[in-house]
Amino acid sequence: MAGFANAIYSTFIRKNTVLLTTAFAGAFAFELAFDITSNKVWDSWNQGRQWKDIKHRYMVKEEEDDE
Amino acid sequence: MLGRSILRASNRAIARQSLGKSTRASSTAAGAEAASSPFYLTLTAALATAAAAGSTAWYYHLYGQEAFAMTPAEEGLHATQYPWVHERFNKTFDHAALRRGFQVYREVCASCHSLTRVPWRSMVGTMHTVDEMKAFAEEHEYDTEPNNEGNIEKRPGKLSDYIPAPYPNEEAARAANGGALPPDLSLITKGRHGGCNYIFSLLTGYPDEPPAGAAVAEGMNFNPYFPGTGIAMARVLFDGVVEYEDGTPATTSQMAKDVVEFLNWSAEPEMDERKKMGVKSVALLTGLFAISVWVKRYKWAPLKTRKIVYSPPIGPRR
Repeated sequence: MAGFANAIYSTFIRKNTVLLTTAFAGAFAFELAFDITSNKVWDSWNQGRQWKDIKHRYMVKEEEDDE
Repeated sequence: MLGRSILRASNRAIARQSLGKSTRASSTAAGAEAASSPFYLTLTAALATAAAAGSTAWYYHLYGQEAFAMTPAEEGLHATQYPWVHERFNKTFDHAALRRGFQVYREVCASCHSLTRVPWRSMVGTMHTVDEMKAFAEEHEYDTEPNNEGNIEKRPGKLSDYIPAPYPNEEAARAANGGALPPDLSLITKGRHGGCNYIFSLLTGYPDEPPAGAAVAEGMNFNPYFPGTGIAMARVLFDGVVEYEDGTPATTSQMAKDVVEFLNWSAEPEMDERKKMGVKSVALLTGLFAISVWVKRYKWAPLKTRKIVYSPPIGPRR
């Protein structure tokens, strides 16, 4: 455990530049992951209710015209 | 040391006992006096009590009761609570229902009720495609900006235009509806007590005939849910008034449900996004709260687990 903590300290915390980079990259990655996950959960709760679930019924004709 | 403390304790106990005995003696003496009081004192006390209780009751009767300015008929019947799915904290609007509700509004409500705060563009990507909405907007004519000669011409509607009102102004609306003003429906679910339940009950609550004894004025219709029960709007939703493109049977209650959901959307178009944001914030804040609890326990652990020991100085007894 102590070895693990020391490893973390020397890799991420010891140098300020590394710490800042880790913090910003971590925040970016967390936000991305959190948004993707929560959007998926939200869409599964509201399956078939949102516009993106029903718009294929009304968009089909337009797409055929384009092709 | 031990011997002294026992002695002190017994002394105190004896003192308390003697004190208790003396108070009990005095109170029994007072009771004995009251029992032998003359009749006129009893009578006076009884009369005073009766007067106090009576005046309190009379005062409550006069001023204490809740006052109702209106009769139950004037308040209107309370709307039934319906389990609206879109009102749950984690559910969006059913956008297929919004599409049907907008159709009901266009074909039924729009002949009298305006929807002036909703632009055509807000339905794009919500219940209709761009091309459908452009076609709807172009069916209506709008005033142009003044041209070089100062004349105002007509042009077909654009997506950025707002849905036109059926009457040019309030006076025209009243004149066409026997003096009654059809309210604007943009914010009606927020503007009526009971919201969705009230509008649904109102739309589906018209009885075939007014009940016996109900006074219905000339040109008015009876609806128990409308405050005052006399409403200028007649029943408009009958089975099959509208033909839905998705094949949903257009019963009265189905149309009422769809149009209520559509009107709730027009009052709160941001609801889907707002609820999603709320769920995300609650999830994040739960995690942050758990971390803050852990940090608090971590910081306080040495303070909470420390043990303070008193070791008295060793010296001669004083």
